[in-house]
Amino acid sequence: MHGLIHESGLSEILKMKQNILKQLLNRPLGFTCIIILAIFYLCAIFAPFIAPYTTSEQNLKKSYHPPTGIIWKEGRLHVKIYKNIDPTAAKYEYSFGNSVPIHFFAKGYPYKFLGLIPSDRHLFQVDRDNKIYLLGSDSTGRDTFSRLVYGSRISLSIGLIAISITMIMGFIVGGLSGYYGGKLDFFTMRIVEFLMAIPGLYLLLALRSALAPYFDSAQMFFLIVIILASIGWAGTARIIRGMSLSIRSRQFVLAAESMGQSSIIILFKHILPNLTSYLLVAATLSIPGYILGEAALSFLGLGIQEPSASWGLMLSQAQNMKVFMLNFWWLLTPGLAIFITVIAFNVLGDILRDIIDPKMKA
Amino acid sequence: MTEIIPKNTLLEVRNLKVHFPVLTGIFRRKNDFIRAVDDVSFKVDRGSTVGLVGESGSGKTTIGRSLVKLAPVTEGSILYENEDITQMSTKSFFPYRKKIQMIFQDPYNSLNPRLTVYQIISEPLEIHFIEWDKTRKRKRVEELLQKVGLESKHIDRYPHEFSGGQRQRIGIARALAVEPEFIICDEPVSSLDVSVQAQIINLLQDLQEELALTYLFIAHDLAVIEHISDYVLVMTKGKIVEQATAESIYQSPQNNYTKSLLAAVPHLSTK
Ligand SMILES: Nc1ncnc2c1ncn2[C@@H]1O[C@H](COP(=O)(O)OP(=O)(O)OP(=O)(O)O)[C@@H](O)[C@H]1O
Ligand SMILES: [Mg+2]
Repeated sequence: MHGLIHESGLSEILKMKQNILKQLLNRPLGFTCIIILAIFYLCAIFAPFIAPYTTSEQNLKKSYHPPTGIIWKEGRLHVKIYKNIDPTAAKYEYSFGNSVPIHFFAKGYPYKFLGLIPSDRHLFQVDRDNKIYLLGSDSTGRDTFSRLVYGSRISLSIGLIAISITMIMGFIVGGLSGYYGGKLDFFTMRIVEFLMAIPGLYLLLALRSALAPYFDSAQMFFLIVIILASIGWAGTARIIRGMSLSIRSRQFVLAAESMGQSSIIILFKHILPNLTSYLLVAATLSIPGYILGEAALSFLGLGIQEPSASWGLMLSQAQNMKVFMLNFWWLLTPGLAIFITVIAFNVLGDILRDIIDPKMKA
Repeated sequence: MTEIIPKNTLLEVRNLKVHFPVLTGIFRRKNDFIRAVDDVSFKVDRGSTVGLVGESGSGKTTIGRSLVKLAPVTEGSILYENEDITQMSTKSFFPYRKKIQMIFQDPYNSLNPRLTVYQIISEPLEIHFIEWDKTRKRKRVEELLQKVGLESKHIDRYPHEFSGGQRQRIGIARALAVEPEFIICDEPVSSLDVSVQAQIINLLQDLQEELALTYLFIAHDLAVIEHISDYVLVMTKGKIVEQATAESIYQSPQNNYTKSLLAAVPHLSTK
């Protein structure tokens, strides 16, 4: 076995990816999606720096605080100070002229930058006695913006982790069974059909409630990912199998076989590179499913638990009569974030398919 | 082996049968067979070109593939240099995968679109000349490109940058890479323009002379075969209905099917 995963095959895949990225950035819609997703993912990575507060920092005197206005005063940005005029209805009023300056790159709560370097600098802060609520606060006075930023870490990474598992499993199982055919193919396809027949959401609910006592929130996160992915790969495997079945009878594969190439190298050198375009599109298009899956579970109270934050969990906390009656619209921003992410991934997937398809025909 | 095979016979096929099961019903039972190749015998002499001609679906490709174990042999035997290769294990057949090479019908399908010309042509080198380093392989590929009439500076291009005829030349270079003795040409020109067909056929003939190659040349019309073959096998519905030297096939065809094939050949009095 010389050069198992062929050096040239790998660099070829990279070259193709660069080419696709270039074309993607040339299209206004594709460019927009990439920028939006890049901003979201950067926020997730640098969450502690960007978020002015932690996810659990409460202020019971400021529950359901509306987003604080920002004004330009004395040559710098100031944040308006509000007075609570009716605690029962969470009514706040801006007392004219009352504001405090925003400090950029100021000291706040300590954290570890990228999980390594200890730091306490934040993008923006106000003095300790006041609060900056860019997107208002929730029932216990926690900053919605900070929770949204921290929540994106879970909501956005769940899709990526799950999709990697799905694609790797799908490729290995589907690729092998399509390539070898026969009994192996028969059995794996029955397993795949079995998995596809499982109603995923109900299985998740059942497993989640059965396993709830044994796991904390972080472990639950991984559990959800693994469960979602271990059901999700079946569909991918089926499609990959079909594709590898059709590629294996193409003459360049027969040529490789006739010259004595080993099956594993054929799989990695000839079949995989011809599937990467498909895998890329499929992955992009199925990430939203996982994001929505996590949101649905957390919304039902079966996913991420307090004090961690995720978009689904935040939405579930917004399902409160008070929120609707008194129009605390800022508590629904996680829904907007989910919406934007899902749309961006879907549009991106569509554009990718547009770019790749004519090439595959060539 | 009791029979004595004449010294100059490179390949002998005896009573070859290749039957593909037809799977029917939900239980996928093997109820019937497609007799793709049904009791076929022929010989290929060293240094000669044997033309295999027949209509679409007559089993030509299947014969070619069964020689290199790409199609399963149901019955009969294949002898290469007097050695029975029919039941050989993958391991003992390995050296034959260097001696016997294939050129495929569809130049748009026989080259992996994701690999460069260098990667395509060096693939057999990587399998059969493991000890070669990259510079040596590159040199060999450049040499091969020149040999088949392509420019060696195109070594890092992708197949889609070439025309059909040029792609077929790449396919030929790949087949030549490991210095084979015997090349199975499965309709190497049928998907090309007529003017390009002649160029490719001439190239194959030149290479045969230069490298002392033996060809099994598959085609579906006699016009193409006429040029290149010493001996012609006429095939229909899995059986060889007539085999004779090229001359006698053209001058005095015996079989009705051969006559109908000949009638389809446009008369070129200049030949
Ligand atoms: N792997 C296979 N499984 C089942 N049937 C097959 C298989 N390969 C070939 N056949 C059948 O065997 C018969 C002969 O096919 P083959 O490809 O050898 O014909 P051919 O003479 O090369 O035709 P063409 O000129 O179209 O290339 C056809 O009926 C075909 O459908
Ligand atoms: Mg054929």
